[in-house]
Amino acid sequence: MSPSPWTVFGALVRRDLHVVSRELPFFLLRTTLQPIMFTIVFGFLLPKMGFVQRGYTGALLPGILGVSLAFASVQAVALPMVADFGWTKEIEDRLLAPVPIWVIALEKVLSGTVQGMIAALFVLPVARLIMGPIEALTASHLGLIIGMTFLGAFAFSAFGMLLGTAIKGEQIGLMFGLIVAPMIFFGCAYYPWRALEATPVIQILVLVNPLVYVSEGMRGVLTPALPHMPVPVVAGALVVISAVFLFLGLRTFDKRAVS
Amino acid sequence: MSPAIQTSGLRKVYPAPPERRRGRPNPRLTPPDAAPAPFIPAGVREIIALDGLDLEVAPGEFFGLLGPNGAGKTTTIGVLTTRVRPTAGTAAVAGIDVSADPVGVKQRIGVVPQRPNPDRQLTAIQNLLFHAAYFGIPRSTSLPRAQALLEQLELGDRGESKVDQLSGGQQQRLMIARALIHEPEILFLDEPTVGLDPQARLELWDILRSLQGQGRTIIMTTHYMEEADRLCDRLAIIDHGRLLALDSPTGLRARAPGGTLVEVTLDGDAAPLLARLQAVPTLNRLSARGVELSAYAQRVGEAIAELLRAAEQAGRLPLDIRLTPPSLETLFVSLTGRKLD
Repeated sequence: MSPSPWTVFGALVRRDLHVVSRELPFFLLRTTLQPIMFTIVFGFLLPKMGFVQRGYTGALLPGILGVSLAFASVQAVALPMVADFGWTKEIEDRLLAPVPIWVIALEKVLSGTVQGMIAALFVLPVARLIMGPIEALTASHLGLIIGMTFLGAFAFSAFGMLLGTAIKGEQIGLMFGLIVAPMIFFGCAYYPWRALEATPVIQILVLVNPLVYVSEGMRGVLTPALPHMPVPVVAGALVVISAVFLFLGLRTFDKRAVS
Repeated sequence: MSPAIQTSGLRKVYPAPPERRRGRPNPRLTPPDAAPAPFIPAGVREIIALDGLDLEVAPGEFFGLLGPNGAGKTTTIGVLTTRVRPTAGTAAVAGIDVSADPVGVKQRIGVVPQRPNPDRQLTAIQNLLFHAAYFGIPRSTSLPRAQALLEQLELGDRGESKVDQLSGGQQQRLMIARALIHEPEILFLDEPTVGLDPQARLELWDILRSLQGQGRTIIMTTHYMEEADRLCDRLAIIDHGRLLALDSPTGLRARAPGGTLVEVTLDGDAAPLLARLQAVPTLNRLSARGVELSAYAQRVGEAIAELLRAAEQAGRLPLDIRLTPPSLETLFVSLTGRKLD
């Protein structure tokens, strides 16, 4: 008698939670240090020096959260995938579990989503503390905040699945340099999308970048009074992006798992 | 009762260049001049890992797959453990088709990989408990079972150790415990003793024998002749993805070509000696390849004298002479034209 896929799924989740809880400090350090340093420079030092306008922190904070969320989600899935399929082969014990292969991949994506959300939850108070009071910041839409965080983390976790299984181990550095870094800089994290009106071509071009929707989505739910893309548009875009990445990611995972 | 393993016309072709994967080194490249190839675009070659393999293993049997590196052993295990999709042919494990119901197959098998791949984030016993959980076994059942397995495999005091603190042999035994925690009917071991010291290898042999004694079917790949000889009820010799011979070790030895294999390395081309030696009745299956000359002989002393005389006449100096008495090894060489390792 085979166990139900959900029983196995639960066991896989327990394994990941066990490992993540042990690794949490290192995980947070690895994924949130960069956004926090960015917060110190752009959210604290530059405003102090008078280089940026007072209201800038309101646009910056949701973007920083978006970056933390996306970066942590991608890493939480892509790095273990590259190592597992590349050299440690550790995932093979899970590939022997009596469930369809896609169940194992989907569990990894969901576990990455949770890790991304944890990273954002960690950065929010730290960033708020560094930047000082932010006028437009409100937690009155808590349900929306959680929903948007989940969508953003899921989209990037699925993206991490695709990257981690499609890219060879030795190219992982290249991947972060060529894909993740440009994505962060052109992801409307450090400036609102609306402000790109100054350069219309770039404003259109960045729309291919999934991080734009995460950043704008975080603005929509955290600082709704400031300019941002409409929340339903962002949510719709993230659902589509998630579906595409998940479809492709599960396919490349399957190709690596069964040759 | 259905056979534990049944394959029919099993074929696996990888597009070249292959993804680099451990355990599938040097599969045969189809030669670029291979005769009536169907339309293949220029520059595209294939790697045939399995080429029409038919096997049948009875329940409770200790079955060995013997062959050199790249013979297709690991690919065979890969297909039977649902990790490799066959290009053609069928394979069934415990009567279940591997392509149609991989989940059903996985439920019934345990796999010990070529190189230990424990979950390094977990302790030894956690490796067993989580693996049991992946099979839906509750902790109340898996905990005593894990403790018993650790005891049986002489890891009783290492349960709480991190995996990295275990020696190579201990890690390999942990892999066996992991493969047994869900009590599979059929156990697959892919070169289980590679990298183990002689002592650990002997211990592992004892463990494997006792597992078979408990009624399990065991499928093992190896390229150690002695290991295959000592452990297996039946042996399949495979090379280039094809079955070359299938019998009990005793039966196979009886089929080894008559006499001792005599190999001579000369200081120059061996071909000139061939003509001189063709007429010598003591030497069978004479062949020359580069500076190597080989033949099978019943009376070894006489054969060596003949070889030396022919070498002298041809102006060659013998640099090395090697003798291999009739064995699985000589059978293997006569079947495949190459040594095991």
